[in-house]
Amino acid sequence: MSLDTPFRSCTNTPVLKERGQREVFCGLTGIIWLHRKMQDAFFLVVGSRTCAHLLQAAAGVMIFAEPRFGTAILEEKDLAGLADANAELDREVARLLSRRPDIRQLFLVGSCPSEVIKLDLSRAAERLDARHAPNVRVLNFSGSGIETTFTEGEDACLAAMVPALPATDAAELLVVGALPDVVEDQMLALLAAIGAGPVRTLPARRSTDLPPVGANTRFILVQPFLGATHAALQVRGAKAISAPFPFGEEGSTLWFHAVAEALGLPRDRVDAVLAAPRARAQKAVAAVAQTLRGKSIFFFPDSQLEIPLARFLARECGMIPVEVGTPYLHRELMAPELALLPEGPVLSEGQDVELQLDRARAARPDLTVCGLGLANPLEAEGLATKWAIELVFTPVHFYEQAADLAGLFARPLRRHALLTPEAAE
Amino acid sequence: MKLTLWTYEGPPHVGAMRVATAMKGLHYVLHAPQGDTYADLLFTMIERRNHRPPVTYTTFQARDLGGDTANLFKDAAREAFVRFQPQAMIVGASCTAELIQDDPGGLAEAIGLPCPVIPLDLPSYSRKENFGADETFFQIVKVLAKPLPRTEAVTCNLIGPTALGFRHRDDVTEITRLLASMGVAVNVCAPLDATPADIARMGAAHFNVLMYPETAETAARHLEKSLGQPFTKVVPIGTHATRDFLAEVATLTGLPLPAETGLRQPWYAASVDSTYLTGKRVYIFGDGTHAIAAARIAAKEIGFEVVGLGCYNREQARPVRASAKTYGLEALITDDYLEVEAEIARLQPELILGTQMERHIAKRLGIPCAVISAPVHVQDFPARYSPQMGFEGANVIFDTWVHPLVMGLEEHLLTMFREDFEFHDAAGPSHHGAKASARPDVPAETAEASSGETSGQKMPEDAAQVTGEVIWLADAERELKKIPFFVRGKAKRNTEKFAADKGVTAISIDTLYEAKAHYAR
Repeated sequence: MSLDTPFRSCTNTPVLKERGQREVFCGLTGIIWLHRKMQDAFFLVVGSRTCAHLLQAAAGVMIFAEPRFGTAILEEKDLAGLADANAELDREVARLLSRRPDIRQLFLVGSCPSEVIKLDLSRAAERLDARHAPNVRVLNFSGSGIETTFTEGEDACLAAMVPALPATDAAELLVVGALPDVVEDQMLALLAAIGAGPVRTLPARRSTDLPPVGANTRFILVQPFLGATHAALQVRGAKAISAPFPFGEEGSTLWFHAVAEALGLPRDRVDAVLAAPRARAQKAVAAVAQTLRGKSIFFFPDSQLEIPLARFLARECGMIPVEVGTPYLHRELMAPELALLPEGPVLSEGQDVELQLDRARAARPDLTVCGLGLANPLEAEGLATKWAIELVFTPVHFYEQAADLAGLFARPLRRHALLTPEAAE
Repeated sequence: MKLTLWTYEGPPHVGAMRVATAMKGLHYVLHAPQGDTYADLLFTMIERRNHRPPVTYTTFQARDLGGDTANLFKDAAREAFVRFQPQAMIVGASCTAELIQDDPGGLAEAIGLPCPVIPLDLPSYSRKENFGADETFFQIVKVLAKPLPRTEAVTCNLIGPTALGFRHRDDVTEITRLLASMGVAVNVCAPLDATPADIARMGAAHFNVLMYPETAETAARHLEKSLGQPFTKVVPIGTHATRDFLAEVATLTGLPLPAETGLRQPWYAASVDSTYLTGKRVYIFGDGTHAIAAARIAAKEIGFEVVGLGCYNREQARPVRASAKTYGLEALITDDYLEVEAEIARLQPELILGTQMERHIAKRLGIPCAVISAPVHVQDFPARYSPQMGFEGANVIFDTWVHPLVMGLEEHLLTMFREDFEFHDAAGPSHHGAKASARPDVPAETAEASSGETSGQKMPEDAAQVTGEVIWLADAERELKKIPFFVRGKAKRNTEKFAADKGVTAISIDTLYEAKAHYAR
């Protein structure tokens, strides 16, 4: 960035708010990764055949191991009387828990139909929790499409866990958001090296490791879509650490520095610890960025990762965001990101998919980030696409994954060049 | 309430989408919350369609409930008409919208769109995907197809192929060719690639070819009743069924039977290298139509033994039960894949013919498998021409089913040299390209294994194994492991049954071979 042109960010960019058909997943989809992350948890969706079919389709290929999620499919007789529906639910839960004695946490997950018929899953969870205590803890959250979009399902799940976390006065750092195990281990190693310990994570891999929380807890998010969990932790007295999200070398460094500053850790020690991973990430990203530099990118709303990713791609990879769509823009959590994102792109919140497709076709971006329903149709129109869901299902956080993250965007462009060599130059 | 882990069929509105997506010039306005759009990816990803399904989702949210979801629907329907200019529209509700009872049909009528609007009433809490497709196609036909003078030449309609169907695209091509060889032209193929205007022309055909009863039987019956068009009852999957189908068409039309061309399956099955296929035990599960066809091919055209047969769509329960009876079997009618898995584990077949669910079951149990029916995954929408119907379909099926098996000579070598450390059964068929690994269960030193423990209770891996009430002695257990995996399950089951029948509680090597002699055929 040149010194004589002042940096202008997206902080004050007006947001285009749209209302119409949304081409997004509902919050149930988060179960696909949460059920693997929490190894003694089972997610029981109380819903319709559509919910079961969605989970199957979103899982892409079925998981060979018996999944730790299922759908209690509502039938006509359940709709006729809620008393019967509750009795049926109790019976199905009892059967499930007797078949899976390894389950320690059971999440009753609300869906569109269960919300509309006003089946009270919080009361059902209380009732079942009392019945199956102390072996199984029963919680509930909603992953319904009328209330949650895709990653908001994880937010609803973690927020539901917060009131049930044990209390503590200990001054501990809590890192919030599901990460792939390998990434979480890298992060914990770096946090230990800068002296940030003891560090807890939410969600924990097993229910026996649930983090305690209290007025001396400092917490920081690793995922941008955890607004409700953020608020729930503050209700428990925990104090939030505000930072950009740890995508790319810059995001990761600012994230660790925010932790260090909040905990009063010496800056020189932090810099010393981060120097080597920073250098590695910069070098690796630079190699991938050759493919990305100067290319335009258009984000359809999907996971709320869009703004942090646009910031990474603009600042570290030289891409030019044309439109950055997000299903929901959380002003407070996004403030550090918007302050870094260079002015230029349209920021849009919500969706009217037909109008947004019109804009994408007019802009003809070099790369379009969108859901699976839109990707092949846009490819058929000659637009290179990146499936957004892969960004959620792939290890992309922190230093060692920074180049992998850039690579996810570079690969469709490289592929286009390989398959249509005449269009490449 | 019923706990479901995986499901064979989606909800009924997905069946309606299969019809809408197959057609051109038709638009579906679906009253649904956000998230139901997941269904688009079934078509764009699994089937690799290069267009979005022609579906507008009203996308209501929690804050709209109790407010004006009805107006949301009306706006969506109006805007969809303006943007897509369809010749006709279908309107309906997904499972959630069914609960809020907005009556999409009435709302669409109220706004007076300048095209036919066909309301769908698909009960989400009692019916499933195939019903949804069948009912949707029936409603479209009922509204749009009118009596017309018959075409001068003999023509027929092909009915039933949809989007996301198992090999529907190629079946249509194959049946069109087959009928052309008799001098029968296709008037309309629907829903696949038909426009609403084409549906209106259906009445000109002399008869209907019901390709898939799952998705078009109600329409076929309606057309028979209202337009006097007979429909074919034989589904031409397999050599025998294709011949029966041609005979049925000859009877309906009075045209002579065509010469058979391109059919290689009967010779491939008769050639001596296929001897090893004799009596191989197969388990068959899928939609009713494909399961019945597969059983006939397996038993009569390839010479397998059908040891289990079932379907997941209750609508076809009766014909599947009748078919199973002809093989001396009780059909399994269920949409619970855990039940299917338990049945397969119990029967220990040598080959499974099923859906993508059975493919997963097969992988888990280590049994060869070929896919014969929807639901299927992306790899079952091949780039190449690969029909199931007609004579080429019979050829394709022969190749597809034989491919997962160990080849005949290889099977013999494995049986002769069963303890070779590299060339062993667990390495898998050699033509599948997986890297052969060293035998995973190298037999322990004989001396070590035979010394000491024989009671079998303390060291199960080394001594006898308890299965049910009958005990396997250690040496018999080792002998069993020498039997190639593709028959080991059968040998184990037969021996245990033999032992139980004879009142033997501990199986020795002698028991194993006595059982073998007993079951010899």
